[in-house]
Amino acid sequence: MSAFLAVLLTLVAVSATVTVLIREPVRQAIVLGIMGLFLALLFFTLQAPDVALSELTVGSLVIPVMLTLTIAKLRALDARGDEAQEDEDEESRG
Amino acid sequence: MRPRYIIGLVGIGLLVAALAWAATGLPAFGHYNQAYGRVAARDAVPTRNGTNSVVITSFDYRGFDTLGEEFILFVSVTGVVVLLRRMRSAGREEDSAASSGEIEEEDMRASTGERWLGAAAVGPVAVLAAYVIIHGQLTPGGGFQGGTVLMGAAAFLALGGESALMLRIRGSSSPIEIAESIGAGGFAAIAFGGLIAGGVFFFNFLPYGKAGLLTAGVVPLDNIAVGLEVAGALLMVTSELFEQRLRGGAT
Repeated sequence: MSAFLAVLLTLVAVSATVTVLIREPVRQAIVLGIMGLFLALLFFTLQAPDVALSELTVGSLVIPVMLTLTIAKLRALDARGDEAQEDEDEESRG
Repeated sequence: MRPRYIIGLVGIGLLVAALAWAATGLPAFGHYNQAYGRVAARDAVPTRNGTNSVVITSFDYRGFDTLGEEFILFVSVTGVVVLLRRMRSAGREEDSAASSGEIEEEDMRASTGERWLGAAAVGPVAVLAAYVIIHGQLTPGGGFQGGTVLMGAAAFLALGGESALMLRIRGSSSPIEIAESIGAGGFAAIAFGGLIAGGVFFFNFLPYGKAGLLTAGVVPLDNIAVGLEVAGALLMVTSELFEQRLRGGAT
Protein backbone atom coordinates (compact mmCIF):
# COMPACT_ATOMS: atom_id res chain seq x y z
CA MET A 1 0.00 0.00 0.00
CA SER A 2 1.49 3.31 -1.07
CA ALA A 3 1.78 6.34 1.19
CA PHE A 4 -0.64 8.26 -1.04
CA LEU A 5 -3.25 5.55 -0.55
CA ALA A 6 -2.72 5.57 3.22
CA VAL A 7 -3.22 9.35 3.31
CA LEU A 8 -6.42 9.09 1.25
CA LEU A 9 -7.81 6.28 3.43
CA THR A 10 -7.12 8.41 6.52
CA LEU A 11 -8.79 11.46 4.94
CA VAL A 12 -11.90 9.42 4.12
CA ALA A 13 -12.06 8.02 7.66
CA VAL A 14 -11.55 11.46 9.23
CA SER A 15 -14.08 13.25 7.02
CA ALA A 16 -16.64 10.48 7.58
CA THR A 17 -16.20 10.76 11.35
CA VAL A 18 -16.48 14.56 11.19
CA THR A 19 -19.70 14.21 9.17
CA VAL A 20 -21.22 12.13 11.95
CA LEU A 21 -19.96 14.38 14.75
CA ILE A 22 -21.34 17.60 13.25
CA ARG A 23 -24.95 17.97 14.34
CA GLU A 24 -26.05 20.86 12.13
CA PRO A 25 -27.71 19.41 8.98
CA VAL A 26 -26.55 22.02 6.40
CA ARG A 27 -22.91 21.80 7.51
CA GLN A 28 -23.26 18.03 7.57
CA ALA A 29 -24.36 18.07 3.92
CA ILE A 30 -21.31 20.14 2.95
CA VAL A 31 -18.83 17.96 4.87
CA LEU A 32 -20.51 14.90 3.31
CA GLY A 33 -19.73 16.42 -0.09
CA ILE A 34 -16.07 16.83 0.91
CA MET A 35 -16.01 13.20 2.03
CA GLY A 36 -17.40 12.25 -1.38
CA LEU A 37 -14.51 14.10 -3.00
CA PHE A 38 -11.91 12.18 -0.94
CA LEU A 39 -13.73 8.91 -1.66
CA ALA A 40 -13.68 9.68 -5.39
CA LEU A 41 -9.92 10.34 -5.20
CA LEU A 42 -9.49 7.03 -3.37
CA PHE A 43 -11.41 5.10 -6.05
CA PHE A 44 -9.39 6.85 -8.74
CA THR A 45 -6.14 5.87 -7.01
CA LEU A 46 -7.38 2.27 -6.85
CA GLN A 47 -7.77 2.36 -10.67
CA ALA A 48 -11.56 2.53 -10.75
CA PRO A 49 -12.20 5.73 -12.75
CA ASP A 50 -15.82 4.83 -13.60
CA VAL A 51 -16.74 4.39 -9.96
CA ALA A 52 -14.73 7.52 -9.10
CA LEU A 53 -16.79 9.58 -11.58
CA SER A 54 -20.05 8.22 -10.17
CA GLU A 55 -18.94 8.95 -6.62
CA LEU A 56 -17.76 12.43 -7.57
CA THR A 57 -21.07 13.41 -9.17
CA VAL A 58 -23.40 11.64 -6.75
CA GLY A 59 -21.41 12.12 -3.54
CA SER A 60 -20.31 15.72 -3.91
CA LEU A 61 -23.05 17.08 -6.18
CA VAL A 62 -26.40 15.28 -6.12
CA ILE A 63 -26.58 14.32 -2.44
CA PRO A 64 -25.52 17.74 -1.00
CA VAL A 65 -27.85 19.61 -3.40
CA MET A 66 -30.82 17.35 -2.61
CA LEU A 67 -30.08 17.47 1.14
CA THR A 68 -29.81 21.27 1.31
CA LEU A 69 -32.99 21.73 -0.75
CA THR A 70 -34.82 19.22 1.46
CA ILE A 71 -33.59 20.96 4.62
CA ALA A 72 -34.79 24.30 3.24
CA LYS A 73 -38.18 22.75 2.51
CA LEU A 74 -38.42 21.21 5.99
CA ARG A 75 -37.51 24.51 7.67
CA ALA A 76 -40.18 26.31 5.68
CA LEU A 77 -42.68 23.63 6.72
CA ASP A 78 -41.61 24.01 10.37
CA ALA A 79 -42.04 27.78 10.26
CA ARG A 80 -45.52 27.38 8.81
CA GLY A 81 -46.28 24.30 10.91
CA ASP A 82 -46.41 26.26 14.17
CA GLU A 83 -49.48 28.15 12.99
CA ALA A 84 -51.04 25.13 11.29
CA GLN A 85 -50.56 23.03 14.41
CA GLU A 86 -52.74 25.37 16.44
CA ASP A 87 -55.51 25.15 13.85
CA GLU A 88 -55.30 21.37 13.86
CA ASP A 89 -55.48 21.27 17.65
CA GLU A 90 -58.64 23.34 17.60
CA GLU A 91 -60.18 21.15 14.91
CA SER A 92 -59.47 17.94 16.79
CA ARG A 93 -60.98 19.43 19.93
CA GLY A 94 -64.12 20.67 18.17
CA MET B 1 -25.89 -2.92 34.42
CA ARG B 2 -29.22 -3.70 32.82
CA PRO B 3 -29.64 -7.09 31.11
CA ARG B 4 -30.34 -5.60 27.70
CA TYR B 5 -26.96 -3.81 27.75
CA ILE B 6 -25.23 -7.11 28.59
CA ILE B 7 -27.07 -8.88 25.75
CA GLY B 8 -26.20 -6.01 23.41
CA LEU B 9 -22.51 -6.02 24.38
CA VAL B 10 -22.30 -9.80 23.93
CA GLY B 11 -23.86 -9.45 20.48
CA ILE B 12 -21.48 -6.66 19.45
CA GLY B 13 -18.52 -8.66 20.77
CA LEU B 14 -19.53 -11.72 18.77
CA LEU B 15 -20.05 -9.62 15.63
CA VAL B 16 -16.62 -7.96 15.96
CA ALA B 17 -14.97 -11.34 16.55
CA ALA B 18 -16.72 -12.88 13.52
CA LEU B 19 -15.75 -9.91 11.32
CA ALA B 20 -12.11 -10.08 12.50
CA TRP B 21 -12.05 -13.82 11.79
CA ALA B 22 -13.57 -13.29 8.34
CA ALA B 23 -11.05 -10.54 7.55
CA THR B 24 -8.15 -12.99 7.97
CA GLY B 25 -9.47 -14.97 4.99
CA LEU B 26 -9.71 -12.02 2.59
CA PRO B 27 -7.46 -11.77 -0.46
CA ALA B 28 -4.53 -9.38 0.01
CA PHE B 29 -5.20 -5.67 -0.56
CA GLY B 30 -5.39 -4.96 -4.29
CA HIS B 31 -5.49 -8.63 -5.32
CA TYR B 32 -8.37 -9.93 -7.39
CA ASN B 33 -9.10 -13.65 -7.69
CA GLN B 34 -12.30 -13.82 -9.74
CA ALA B 35 -12.50 -14.98 -13.34
CA TYR B 36 -15.48 -12.81 -14.41
CA GLY B 37 -13.67 -9.48 -14.20
CA ARG B 38 -10.67 -10.74 -16.14
CA VAL B 39 -12.87 -12.16 -18.92
CA ALA B 40 -14.92 -8.95 -19.17
CA ALA B 41 -11.82 -6.75 -19.23
CA ARG B 42 -10.11 -8.91 -21.87
CA ASP B 43 -13.09 -9.40 -24.19
CA ALA B 44 -14.49 -5.86 -24.45
CA VAL B 45 -12.06 -4.69 -27.13
CA PRO B 46 -11.95 -7.81 -29.34
CA THR B 47 -15.70 -8.52 -29.23
CA ARG B 48 -17.23 -5.02 -29.17
CA ASN B 49 -14.47 -2.66 -30.35
CA GLY B 50 -15.07 -0.41 -27.33
CA THR B 51 -12.36 0.30 -24.79
CA ASN B 52 -14.42 0.89 -21.64
CA SER B 53 -15.12 -2.64 -20.47
CA VAL B 54 -17.11 -1.37 -17.47
CA VAL B 55 -19.74 0.32 -19.64
CA ILE B 56 -19.76 -2.53 -22.18
CA THR B 57 -20.34 -5.00 -19.35
CA SER B 58 -23.15 -3.01 -17.77
CA PHE B 59 -24.97 -2.04 -20.98
CA ASP B 60 -24.29 -5.07 -23.18
CA TYR B 61 -23.23 -8.26 -21.37
CA ARG B 62 -25.41 -7.51 -18.35
CA GLY B 63 -27.91 -5.06 -19.83
CA PHE B 64 -30.79 -6.75 -18.02
CA ASP B 65 -29.34 -5.76 -14.63
CA THR B 66 -29.00 -2.17 -15.80
CA LEU B 67 -32.60 -2.15 -17.04
CA GLY B 68 -33.72 -3.11 -13.54
CA GLU B 69 -31.55 -0.41 -11.97
CA GLU B 70 -32.86 2.18 -14.40
CA PHE B 71 -36.44 1.41 -13.50
CA ILE B 72 -35.62 1.55 -9.79
CA LEU B 73 -34.55 5.17 -10.36
CA PHE B 74 -37.57 5.88 -12.56
CA VAL B 75 -40.10 4.49 -10.09
CA SER B 76 -38.54 6.07 -7.01
CA VAL B 77 -38.34 9.52 -8.66
CA THR B 78 -41.95 9.20 -9.79
CA GLY B 79 -42.95 8.41 -6.22
CA VAL B 80 -41.00 11.35 -4.77
CA VAL B 81 -42.40 13.79 -7.32
CA VAL B 82 -45.96 12.61 -6.71
CA LEU B 83 -45.49 13.23 -2.96
CA LEU B 84 -43.84 16.63 -3.53
CA ARG B 85 -46.61 17.81 -5.84
CA ARG B 86 -49.22 16.90 -3.26
CA MET B 87 -47.32 19.06 -0.77
CA ARG B 88 -47.19 21.89 -3.29
CA SER B 89 -50.96 21.98 -3.73
CA ALA B 90 -51.45 21.82 0.04
CA GLY B 91 -49.02 24.72 0.50
CA ARG B 92 -50.76 26.78 -2.15
CA GLU B 93 -54.12 26.50 -0.41
CA GLU B 94 -52.68 27.74 2.86
CA ASP B 95 -50.89 30.64 1.24
CA SER B 96 -54.00 31.47 -0.84
CA ALA B 97 -53.32 33.99 -3.58
CA ALA B 98 -50.85 36.05 -1.57
CA SER B 99 -47.60 34.48 -2.72
CA SER B 100 -48.63 32.26 -5.62
CA GLY B 101 -46.74 33.25 -8.73
CA GLU B 102 -44.77 35.87 -6.85
CA ILE B 103 -41.08 35.13 -6.46
CA GLU B 104 -39.51 36.40 -3.27
CA GLU B 105 -37.22 39.35 -3.99
CA GLU B 106 -34.68 38.13 -1.49
CA ASP B 107 -34.13 34.81 -3.23
CA MET B 108 -33.52 36.55 -6.53
CA ARG B 109 -30.55 38.44 -5.15
CA ALA B 110 -27.10 37.05 -5.85
CA SER B 111 -23.81 38.91 -5.91
CA THR B 112 -22.35 39.85 -9.29
CA GLY B 113 -19.51 37.38 -8.73
CA GLU B 114 -21.90 34.53 -8.09
CA ARG B 115 -23.91 35.38 -11.18
CA TRP B 116 -20.80 35.50 -13.35
CA LEU B 117 -19.44 32.26 -11.91
CA GLY B 118 -22.75 30.50 -12.43
CA ALA B 119 -23.21 31.82 -15.96
CA ALA B 120 -19.60 30.99 -16.90
CA ALA B 121 -19.83 27.42 -15.57
CA VAL B 122 -23.14 26.35 -17.12
CA GLY B 123 -21.91 26.02 -20.71
CA PRO B 124 -18.65 24.15 -20.05
CA VAL B 125 -20.32 21.80 -17.57
CA ALA B 126 -23.10 20.99 -20.06
CA VAL B 127 -20.49 20.30 -22.77
CA LEU B 128 -18.58 18.08 -20.32
CA ALA B 129 -21.81 16.17 -19.63
CA ALA B 130 -22.36 15.58 -23.35
CA TYR B 131 -18.73 14.46 -23.71
CA VAL B 132 -18.99 12.00 -20.81
CA ILE B 133 -22.22 10.54 -22.24
CA ILE B 134 -21.19 10.10 -25.89
CA HIS B 135 -17.70 8.77 -25.05
CA GLY B 136 -19.14 6.26 -22.57
CA GLN B 137 -18.02 3.15 -24.45
CA LEU B 138 -14.47 4.54 -24.93
CA THR B 139 -13.38 6.42 -21.80
CA PRO B 140 -14.52 6.27 -18.14
CA GLY B 141 -17.99 7.67 -17.74
CA GLY B 142 -21.21 6.89 -19.53
CA GLY B 143 -24.89 7.68 -19.31
CA PHE B 144 -25.26 7.69 -15.54
CA GLN B 145 -22.21 9.87 -14.82
CA GLY B 146 -22.98 12.21 -17.74
CA GLY B 147 -26.59 12.55 -16.64
CA THR B 148 -25.58 13.62 -13.15
CA VAL B 149 -23.07 16.12 -14.60
CA LEU B 150 -25.90 17.55 -16.72
CA MET B 151 -27.92 18.03 -13.54
CA GLY B 152 -24.83 19.83 -12.19
CA ALA B 153 -25.08 22.33 -15.05
CA ALA B 154 -28.60 23.15 -13.89
CA ALA B 155 -27.34 23.42 -10.30
CA PHE B 156 -24.92 26.13 -11.45
CA LEU B 157 -27.91 28.09 -12.77
CA ALA B 158 -29.38 27.99 -9.28
CA LEU B 159 -26.04 28.79 -7.59
CA GLY B 160 -25.65 31.81 -9.85
CA GLY B 161 -28.88 33.15 -8.45
CA GLU B 162 -30.61 32.69 -11.77
CA SER B 163 -33.71 31.64 -9.92
CA ALA B 164 -35.95 32.99 -12.63
CA LEU B 165 -34.15 30.88 -15.22
CA MET B 166 -34.40 27.81 -13.00
CA LEU B 167 -38.10 28.48 -12.60
CA ARG B 168 -38.46 28.68 -16.34
CA ILE B 169 -36.93 25.21 -16.57
CA ARG B 170 -39.41 24.12 -13.94
CA GLY B 171 -42.20 25.92 -15.75
CA SER B 172 -41.42 23.85 -18.80
CA SER B 173 -41.46 20.73 -16.69
CA SER B 174 -43.07 18.67 -19.41
CA PRO B 175 -39.86 18.69 -21.56
CA ILE B 176 -37.96 17.36 -18.53
CA GLU B 177 -40.62 14.72 -17.99
CA ILE B 178 -40.62 13.83 -21.68
CA ALA B 179 -36.80 13.55 -21.70
CA GLU B 180 -36.92 11.26 -18.67
CA SER B 181 -39.63 9.08 -20.20
CA ILE B 182 -37.84 8.89 -23.58
CA GLY B 183 -34.67 7.89 -21.74
CA ALA B 184 -36.31 5.18 -19.65
CA GLY B 185 -38.44 3.88 -22.52
CA GLY B 186 -35.61 4.19 -25.04
CA PHE B 187 -33.35 1.88 -23.09
CA ALA B 188 -36.09 -0.77 -22.96
CA ALA B 189 -36.86 -0.17 -26.65
CA ILE B 190 -33.20 -0.82 -27.57
CA ALA B 191 -33.40 -4.09 -25.61
CA PHE B 192 -36.57 -5.07 -27.51
CA GLY B 193 -34.84 -4.06 -30.74
CA GLY B 194 -32.33 -6.81 -29.98
CA LEU B 195 -35.22 -9.23 -29.47
CA ILE B 196 -36.67 -8.31 -32.87
CA ALA B 197 -33.38 -8.19 -34.77
CA GLY B 198 -31.57 -11.13 -33.20
CA GLY B 199 -34.16 -13.11 -31.28
CA VAL B 200 -32.44 -12.37 -27.95
CA PHE B 201 -33.43 -9.68 -25.44
CA PHE B 202 -30.57 -7.11 -25.28
CA PHE B 203 -28.94 -8.59 -28.41
CA ASN B 204 -26.43 -6.01 -29.67
CA PHE B 205 -27.82 -5.66 -33.19
CA LEU B 206 -25.89 -2.65 -34.56
CA PRO B 207 -22.46 -2.93 -36.27
CA TYR B 208 -19.57 -2.70 -33.82
CA GLY B 209 -17.58 -0.24 -35.93
CA LYS B 210 -13.81 0.05 -36.00
CA ALA B 211 -12.73 2.97 -33.80
CA GLY B 212 -14.11 6.23 -32.47
CA LEU B 213 -17.57 7.25 -31.34
CA LEU B 214 -19.57 4.75 -33.41
CA THR B 215 -18.33 1.56 -31.79
CA ALA B 216 -19.78 -1.16 -29.57
CA GLY B 217 -23.08 -1.30 -31.47
CA VAL B 218 -26.06 -0.13 -29.42
CA VAL B 219 -24.00 0.87 -26.35
CA PRO B 220 -23.69 4.58 -27.35
CA LEU B 221 -27.49 4.73 -27.83
CA ASP B 222 -27.94 3.09 -24.42
CA ASN B 223 -25.67 5.73 -22.90
CA ILE B 224 -27.67 8.59 -24.41
CA ALA B 225 -30.96 7.03 -23.22
CA VAL B 226 -29.66 6.52 -19.69
CA GLY B 227 -28.12 10.02 -19.65
CA LEU B 228 -31.49 11.57 -20.56
CA GLU B 229 -33.27 9.47 -17.96
CA VAL B 230 -30.85 10.24 -15.12
CA ALA B 231 -30.65 13.98 -15.86
CA GLY B 232 -34.43 14.19 -16.25
CA ALA B 233 -35.08 12.29 -13.03
CA LEU B 234 -32.66 14.37 -10.94
CA LEU B 235 -33.90 17.65 -12.46
CA MET B 236 -37.52 16.74 -11.75
CA VAL B 237 -36.85 16.29 -8.04
CA THR B 238 -34.44 19.23 -7.57
CA SER B 239 -36.49 21.72 -9.57
CA GLU B 240 -39.66 20.71 -7.76
CA LEU B 241 -37.94 21.27 -4.38
CA PHE B 242 -36.40 24.51 -5.66
CA GLU B 243 -39.67 25.91 -6.89
CA GLN B 244 -41.45 25.11 -3.65
CA ARG B 245 -38.65 26.84 -1.78
CA LEU B 246 -39.08 29.96 -3.90
CA ARG B 247 -42.85 30.07 -4.17
CA GLY B 248 -44.50 28.17 -1.37
CA GLY B 249 -42.25 27.96 1.61
CA ALA B 250 -40.27 31.21 1.68
CA THR B 251 -41.50 32.16 5.10
